[in-house]
Amino acid sequence: MEETIKFQLNGKKTESLIDPKQTLLWALRNHFGLTGTKFGCGMGFCGACTVLIDNEPVRSCQLSVGDTAGKNIITVEGLANDGKLHPVQKAFVEHDALQCGFCTPGMIMNATGLLIKNPAPSVQQIKEGMENNLCRCGAHMRIIEAVQTASKEMKGGK
Amino acid sequence: MKKEKIKDQYVLQTSEHHGMPRRDFFKVLGGGIFIFFRPWGALDLTGTPAVQARGVPKDYNAFLRIAEDGTITCYTGKIEMGQGIITSLPQMMADELNVSVEKIKIIMGDTDICPWDQGTWGSQSTRIFGQLMRTATAEARGALMELGSAKLGVPVSQLIVKDGVVTDTKDPKKTVSYAQLAEGKRIEKFLDVKPSMEDFTKYKEIGKSYNRKDSLLKVTGEAKYTGDMKLPGMVFARILRPPSHATKLTSVDYSAAEKIAGTKVVRDGDFIAVLNESRDKADEAIVKIKAEYSFKELPVNDKTIYEYMVKADSTVTSVKSTGDIEAGQKLCDKVFDSEYHDPYVAHVAIETHSALAQLENGKMTVWAATQSPFGLREGIMRELGMAADKVRVITPFVGGGFGGKGEFQQGVEAAKIAKLSGKPVMLVWTREEEFFYDTFHPAGVIKVKSGIDKTGLIKFWDYNVFYSGTRGADALYEIPNIHISHHSQKNGSSPVHQFGTGAWRAPNNNTNTFAREVQIDVMAAAAGMDPLEFRRKNLKDEHLLGCLKAVADKFGYVTGKAPSGRGIGVAIGSDAGAWVAHIAEVKVDKKTGKVEVVRITCAQDMGLCINPEGATIQMEGCITMGLGYTLGEEVLFEGGKILTLSLDAYKIPLFSWLPKIETVILDRKNEPPQGGGEPAIIAIGAVVANAIFDATGARLYRMPMTPERVLEALKKV
Repeated sequence: MEETIKFQLNGKKTESLIDPKQTLLWALRNHFGLTGTKFGCGMGFCGACTVLIDNEPVRSCQLSVGDTAGKNIITVEGLANDGKLHPVQKAFVEHDALQCGFCTPGMIMNATGLLIKNPAPSVQQIKEGMENNLCRCGAHMRIIEAVQTASKEMKGGK
Repeated sequence: MKKEKIKDQYVLQTSEHHGMPRRDFFKVLGGGIFIFFRPWGALDLTGTPAVQARGVPKDYNAFLRIAEDGTITCYTGKIEMGQGIITSLPQMMADELNVSVEKIKIIMGDTDICPWDQGTWGSQSTRIFGQLMRTATAEARGALMELGSAKLGVPVSQLIVKDGVVTDTKDPKKTVSYAQLAEGKRIEKFLDVKPSMEDFTKYKEIGKSYNRKDSLLKVTGEAKYTGDMKLPGMVFARILRPPSHATKLTSVDYSAAEKIAGTKVVRDGDFIAVLNESRDKADEAIVKIKAEYSFKELPVNDKTIYEYMVKADSTVTSVKSTGDIEAGQKLCDKVFDSEYHDPYVAHVAIETHSALAQLENGKMTVWAATQSPFGLREGIMRELGMAADKVRVITPFVGGGFGGKGEFQQGVEAAKIAKLSGKPVMLVWTREEEFFYDTFHPAGVIKVKSGIDKTGLIKFWDYNVFYSGTRGADALYEIPNIHISHHSQKNGSSPVHQFGTGAWRAPNNNTNTFAREVQIDVMAAAAGMDPLEFRRKNLKDEHLLGCLKAVADKFGYVTGKAPSGRGIGVAIGSDAGAWVAHIAEVKVDKKTGKVEVVRITCAQDMGLCINPEGATIQMEGCITMGLGYTLGEEVLFEGGKILTLSLDAYKIPLFSWLPKIETVILDRKNEPPQGGGEPAIIAIGAVVANAIFDATGARLYRMPMTPERVLEALKKV
């Protein structure tokens, strides 16, 4: 049964007639056309579907769109501002912190959430914070470096 | 759909290449200058498994086009799955055409407009395809010079070409651009190209580091992978799957599934799928189907498979035989007899197998996550009885392959459902399906008997592989008496592998390098020699000696006899034409058996390196991924039932596993480029095993080296 759900999506007030039981992941991808958020396992183990909800990194495959009513959702498409990359995105590009790129949106969203909570994490804290986001290509080392670079830039510029 | 059957048919039915008629080709592409060439006459299929050694195309294919607007486009059947050829292939072309890398576009993996290609695997994109393409590009420049000569009325020898403009050296005002030359024309050049060796040092773009070309698209979420495509009226499909391999559907009731709003069930024999515009609803519907199966009891599991392999009635092939093993053994002071085990390992690309299929006006178009778009096209032609010009496969970005997407079952399935339902169908495999239908890195046993004389020289090497393949099985060391054999599936015997196996990043080589390099280490320790010195003493290959020196220098290696307690190991290997040497440092918790890899240094000789940045990323990726099969990855199964079906049950490397990684690429500008996506993964198992021995004196002969197995080995010290 469809219902009207209201929330903030990538900075815009959004009102949508949608089945509230649909998972947020598939709603984002199929209903809102935001395909940057990826399906990797559907069970919350891989992190490819990570989005920010009220600044918290959340696995969008693990909650329904109805649960997000009234909340502020940011996906990878909503990070860049006026065509200017978010510092985390920029750092991923600079460090070549990706290969196939499929885990990348989830990594970026998780890292962004991590830096909101802890603007200057140590390498150990980055590893712990990113631990359950999976990358198969083995970009881990560069991802850590990218998060460090972004951390520096965000403290300076934002 | 049974995988094995498909493979057999594949070999039989693909000897003829189904090329697109040139007329149609131009209709799709328009005008310009086309350099067609026939590259595969010179194709070296060494290292390509027999099943992949398909027939070569008989007609010419476009490879390179200079369009009327001057853009240069390379059309290739290769695909980008993260390995970075989207960046390095244009680099190889830019020098020949004397344009900047940015001016070169690359169109990949579209069977209607790209030349036939066997598939993207075996580290062939650079060392074979790239070399041919570079040669073709040089021919293209020749053609442009001739056209320029005619246009400007000056001899070719008087012309230079720079930034896409042909200029008269005597009168620099006389110029003509590539665009002007191509305008209003349709020029076709046909070439038989063989790769040529030449002086690579003259190049400007080749050898320069470039960041990934596709990263901007990938960090913004704009990059389109197969699952990101959408067509009007598209439905999501889920397919009814058996709980185990070797089963037969005995009864099925899908009435409850049909009650889920908007759900349609399609069926063709035992092939049953549910369709819904909502993926969540399709997920809901599929579990409502009540199905019963008859099982075939299979006599093997992940523990007994090794004994099963050794005892099986196999076909034994002699891979290499030089000298006399018995005579060699008589020269030895010490003889070592070991058996090495390696389990099934899954590919686990983060993007699962996905495909979108649409049948429109009799033409099937399939977007698919595949390493083999032409293979998939042929699969659809065969399974659905369609003609070549009625099937088009398009490959968007691929979210990791590692060999696993050489198989394309999901593409055929999506096409089948599109035909059955008349709707555009999106099929994205679940993680469970991904594990279930994965063509695993094959489990294997390697039995090695070898010996050294009193001076520490290896005198014989008797190396026998059971069911895991022989890529990387070369002895590498200077040994006078060598016997290498492979025990494989005998025709008519019951299958030893109970499910699909296939290429997994550096196929076979991870297993073979593990066995060889641990055996070498066993001998070095028994000889009372430093493991690096022992290797050096028994090696003549300049490439490997060069890698060993480079890695020792980078690591700051200090000679020591193992077990020294330091936890430092050495291993070498060769794959895809390249050579590697690794040194690792580990810490072993003797109470828990947990191994922490602290540091891995790798030196790689890959001939001319096209893009050092890209090659370094690949080496780091290899090292990180290699830790998985080394320390934790193992497919568990009981008969035909796969027990590790989730990313919780099957752990791949995590951030916390990450050691300090250092890489060195040897400067080899005067040698042809070799593979770079695979070599650095092959020695990780061995280098870690040898480091564990150095730390504790415990010798591990089996991967992965889990805490339990380390504890078990420690008991024997």
